[in-house]
Amino acid sequence: MYRTLTVLVENNPGVLTRVTSLFSRRGYNIDSLAVGRTENPAISRMTIVVEEDNNVIDQVTKQLHKLVDVIKVDDITEEEYVDRELVLVKTDADATVRGEIMQIVEIFRARIVDIGQNTLTIEATGDASKIRAIIEALKPFHIRELVRTGKIAMLRGGRFTTTKSGD
Amino acid sequence: MRQKGAQILTKCLAEEKVEAIFGYPGGAVLDIYDALYHSPLKHYLVRHEQGAAHAADGYARATGKPGVCIATSGPGATNLVTGLANAYMDSVPLVAFTGQVATPMLGRDSFQEADIYGITLPITKHNFLVKETGDLPRVIKESFHLAATGRPGPVLIDLPKDVCQKEASSGYPQNSQLRGYRPLPESDPLQIEEAAAAIAGARRPVLCAGGGAVISGGSAALRQLAERCSIPVTTTLMGKGVFPDDHPLALGMLGMHGTRPANYAVNECDLLIAAGVRFSDRVTVRADAFAPEARIIHIDIDPAEIGKNVQAHIPVVGDVKTVLEQLCRQLPEKEEGAPWPARLARWKEKYPLKYERNSGKIKPQYVVEQICRVTGGRAIITTEVGQNQMWAAQYYTFTRPRTFITSGGLGTMGFGLPAAIGAQIGRPGETVFNIAGDGSIQMNIQELSTAVSYRLPIKIAVLNNGYLGMVRQWQDIFYGGRLAHTEIPGPDYVKLAEAYGAVGMRVSKPAEVPPALEKAMEITDRPVLIDFMVDRKENVMPMIPPGGTVSKMLEE
Repeated sequence: MYRTLTVLVENNPGVLTRVTSLFSRRGYNIDSLAVGRTENPAISRMTIVVEEDNNVIDQVTKQLHKLVDVIKVDDITEEEYVDRELVLVKTDADATVRGEIMQIVEIFRARIVDIGQNTLTIEATGDASKIRAIIEALKPFHIRELVRTGKIAMLRGGRFTTTKSGD
Repeated sequence: MRQKGAQILTKCLAEEKVEAIFGYPGGAVLDIYDALYHSPLKHYLVRHEQGAAHAADGYARATGKPGVCIATSGPGATNLVTGLANAYMDSVPLVAFTGQVATPMLGRDSFQEADIYGITLPITKHNFLVKETGDLPRVIKESFHLAATGRPGPVLIDLPKDVCQKEASSGYPQNSQLRGYRPLPESDPLQIEEAAAAIAGARRPVLCAGGGAVISGGSAALRQLAERCSIPVTTTLMGKGVFPDDHPLALGMLGMHGTRPANYAVNECDLLIAAGVRFSDRVTVRADAFAPEARIIHIDIDPAEIGKNVQAHIPVVGDVKTVLEQLCRQLPEKEEGAPWPARLARWKEKYPLKYERNSGKIKPQYVVEQICRVTGGRAIITTEVGQNQMWAAQYYTFTRPRTFITSGGLGTMGFGLPAAIGAQIGRPGETVFNIAGDGSIQMNIQELSTAVSYRLPIKIAVLNNGYLGMVRQWQDIFYGGRLAHTEIPGPDYVKLAEAYGAVGMRVSKPAEVPPALEKAMEITDRPVLIDFMVDRKENVMPMIPPGGTVSKMLEE
């Protein structure tokens, strides 16, 4: 099963390596990992999607906690949260199919961000199911390249995964 | 006050009251050694950086204080790697300093450059690459704090040459501020209550104490709980010494080469109280068939140990000593004469460890028993890895914690001699005995020179069978006796010892064993190596074959 972890880490050099090498040496499967600085430049937030059962997730969380640069780990899978992923898709698009592709883009509220001689580059944002759906919809036009960010997530409403003092 | 990085380093080490540094100079650490030249800190020059790491490790295990070692960049640093991995597996507090090429040279494949920070990520509790001299006091403070608190472990600090040369303010911080580090988790009182209730209700309880019980200083608390509630005690290899082997409730070591009473007890118990153990595969042999009838209370300071290898029914996160004391307070005294301890006592009588005593050959077990006799069971024993290690664990009667120093997790051949050096330096008043095999001793034999230089009276008993004995034993039992490359001719150990300036003796007959050991005990100004020509084909027994269960136990 897929679990979503949000992890606050010290923004130290090497912290990403510490986290990813922990996953590889203990044999845990990462589905996606997104990382970036938070409102506090000394702290980064990682959103990690892990495909493991509950026992293993328990170990993952504890092992992450052991890393000195890891400040906080939250498994938000069972919580109410907003999640987004961003994808860029470059697809074959000669004059005969452009209209059709633009309709698909419209339906998914995605955007065309670049046009080539025979290609279109589409930017889409959404949760995992929406991203999956738009990729499926574009497949018949022959996807030439695809790049995605991995999921980022945040709890809904007045609930937080930050540290208490906000630092 | 502004000082050079190297001087800040020596000053901080003095602040940490470091009594011994094990190291080896080189180009990238010239500035550190120049600062040591002007410092009262005591530095011990080893002959190989692996020896420095193991000596610091032996020092730490014998004293409970962090061991400190220094190596230069590149090959010096990579030579520390085995020692760091060893300390990490056995939760030993070390602070290792490595030189590094100057920061402008980093990443250019410079002379003697190795990414030791990257290399040691998975084998240190934490590590640092210092890029600003001004960070040094904080990093050193944090390193000692990290190494010694919570579940201890090695910390490495990589020091580029220019960081040691530049000047910065040298004020040493009073405490470290690591917001992501919580070394002492509070135990949940409800879990302790549940554990106490389980102990009170158990009919066949067994205590299993490991390295964590030693580290937490839990020896007295363990004994108190065992005696108060009449609970038999087994120890892991790493737990040897935390409970006296000669105590009526002692079952001896459990696991692959454990005693029959210990393994039978774990197999039949209805409650296993595991204190500071990590359920290594050498203990459980087959994790899914381990303690099949028992509820398991697992006490450990490291939450990640709970449920890692064996699922616990009652997990208690916390310091072993504190938790055992709390349990003791909640439990009533049990009256004497309970049937379970009496049954185990009968097993102990029926199934003692045994070997052929009248073969006319020197049995290695006999040598260990005689070492125990001449030292009154009071020596600090270090071991190499393999048969020598198992015989030392089985046949020496340990009565005090921190007296059995062995490479439990990593199983590092060549550990015992440098570890004995560190232990002797840390505990100068004690007798330190390295029980070695002829294979292992050759892996760090150069450290004999270190021991001679500092006139350390360590004793080395080489159980010489001309084989890599444990591997040969497996080949004999599981590989049809095809002895592929396990016969290992050695040098003349007497001449070798003498060449280094140590005393060398050879013992070829059983009757010569006691007088040779007694003579060795009288030598106090240099190391002694005794070459015991033991029975070449002796095996370590009993043995649970890999993947087997207690019922499959082998005995000769």
